[in-house]
Amino acid sequence: MTDTATTSPVAGRTPGNSTLPGRPARRRPRRPRAYPIFRVVVLTLTVLLFIAPLVWMLVASLKTNVDIYDPDKTFFFTPTLDNYANVLGRNNYFVFIFNSFWVALWSTVFSLILGVPAAYAMSRFTMHRSAMVVLMARIIPGVSLLVPWYFIFANLRLVGGFGVLILSHMFVALPLIVYLMMSFFDSLPTELEDAGQVDGLTPIGSFLRITLPLSVPGLATAGILSFIFSWNNFMFALVLSGANTKTLPVAIFNFVSYASIDWGSLMSAAVIVTVPIMVIALFTQKYVVSGLTAGATKG
Amino acid sequence: MTVMVDTRVTTWKAYSAWANRHRKWLFAAPAMIFVGLLIVVPLAWTVYLSLTDAAGSVRAESEFVGLSNYLKVFGDTERFWPAVWRTFTFTGGAVAAEMVLGMGVALLLWRPFKGEKWVRVAILMPLVATPVAVGMMWRLIFDPNIGFANQLLGWFGIPAQPWLSGQTSALPTLIFIDVWQWTPMIVLILLAGLTSLSEEPDEAARIDGASSWQRFRFVTLPLLRSTVIVAVVLRGIDALKTFDILYATKGKGGGSFHEVETLNVYAFGLSFDYNDYGIASTVLILFFLLIIAIMWIVTYRRKEER
Repeated sequence: MTDTATTSPVAGRTPGNSTLPGRPARRRPRRPRAYPIFRVVVLTLTVLLFIAPLVWMLVASLKTNVDIYDPDKTFFFTPTLDNYANVLGRNNYFVFIFNSFWVALWSTVFSLILGVPAAYAMSRFTMHRSAMVVLMARIIPGVSLLVPWYFIFANLRLVGGFGVLILSHMFVALPLIVYLMMSFFDSLPTELEDAGQVDGLTPIGSFLRITLPLSVPGLATAGILSFIFSWNNFMFALVLSGANTKTLPVAIFNFVSYASIDWGSLMSAAVIVTVPIMVIALFTQKYVVSGLTAGATKG
Repeated sequence: MTVMVDTRVTTWKAYSAWANRHRKWLFAAPAMIFVGLLIVVPLAWTVYLSLTDAAGSVRAESEFVGLSNYLKVFGDTERFWPAVWRTFTFTGGAVAAEMVLGMGVALLLWRPFKGEKWVRVAILMPLVATPVAVGMMWRLIFDPNIGFANQLLGWFGIPAQPWLSGQTSALPTLIFIDVWQWTPMIVLILLAGLTSLSEEPDEAARIDGASSWQRFRFVTLPLLRSTVIVAVVLRGIDALKTFDILYATKGKGGGSFHEVETLNVYAFGLSFDYNDYGIASTVLILFFLLIIAIMWIVTYRRKEER
């Protein structure tokens, strides 16, 4: 039995091989040999599946439209930056890059200013019902707010300005920030705040001088995620932006007309939208992951 | 002079004391007022609009028509009910596939190994990619004439598929795109859950001679229950509301035959392509109630089983 357990991968999985007589029970019995190979193969395929389409997008953005239509030039072609020149130069995408950045930045900043103290109060005073109200915003379909917003803002003649866009993106960012910061404050011990108050700080003072500096990792997580969500948001900008305030996800559609699609330019525009956000995610991986998985283990 | 400074100091102190006493609401109120103004008021307005025949222009006059919009929508077997069906098919299919695949990948990533970091980076990329760009990217790959998908099939002698442009194949293809983008999210959530599990129960089962499958089915999965539910709820809410990839790949109205028109796409089209605000609001209220009902069932069952 001992031999079969180590030589045959199938036997290794059958019940009973771990309690072999005459052999001291190891804390970590050796896994069947086939498993590591299986694991490497499957994980490599998984990575390939997730990355290949993105690489394909990048490759297509470096082709001329003629090459994109030519099946012989699938892998072998002369790379060109013409598409990028077209997107950034002739179509002046720098404006849209700025718009996306501007809206994401200010909706994140304002949401942090509103959301962090609220999350703190809701966490420290266990205001569950108030928290529910804010979190409702995560559940409501965006379209159901767009209609009334459009009504209100169109009547106020505000549609097309940055203000409306920032407000609408705050609707996404604020609940996210409250949700993330609440779970962060929940896990932050109150002892230091109490000590600060014993030493003569007011409760608000100890929040500002003790809790906030300790919350930098949480604030980073909330800020980065809210920036990413705002950058990627499409529906609100589709309705509420004007010709000069279009964000990148809306501006991509400039290359899609009813009759034809300028694939090369479309793909380079897609690369221009996704690459900045991927670079941010790459460098702040730890925060992004902790934000996306927040609340997953609390139950 | 001294007197004035004193008053200022006392007023400042009084303000500060007042602020500290009321800090609970002082902190929470701005966010709640913001949410109230931007959500509660619009929602109330949507309810009102759903009872009127508002249409055409936002400044046009509208009349109160009672529940007739609701009757109209409930009787609409051409657009409304198919949209409900597609919403459920899309969400159910995508979330189920994402849970199974996500669980598989999470289990493979569970025990540390060399190069783990690279796998994690790789699976994070689809997750943060802009959905509209992702839609465009797959639109090129799945293009029936020039796309790589059909080229790949051709190498294996499989005939070209219509993918996104087929009336029956469009929705499954979009489920695939959703699975590609969001399985990583499930992987990350489940991985966080797995890492937080203690090793003892698994060890005990192993020593008792349980097979890998048995240990997963009767030890790991029950312990991971709440994480699985969180993952399903979070993903389910977003999947029900999917809009970006549908709009990017199929355009307005979910394609020329409305083949991928979900409730969200339908309501959007009614609002901003047809300017039929009354009917649109009715669809939205029903959609909203549907989401609440699903959420309620999931969380209620969870409480009951505890």
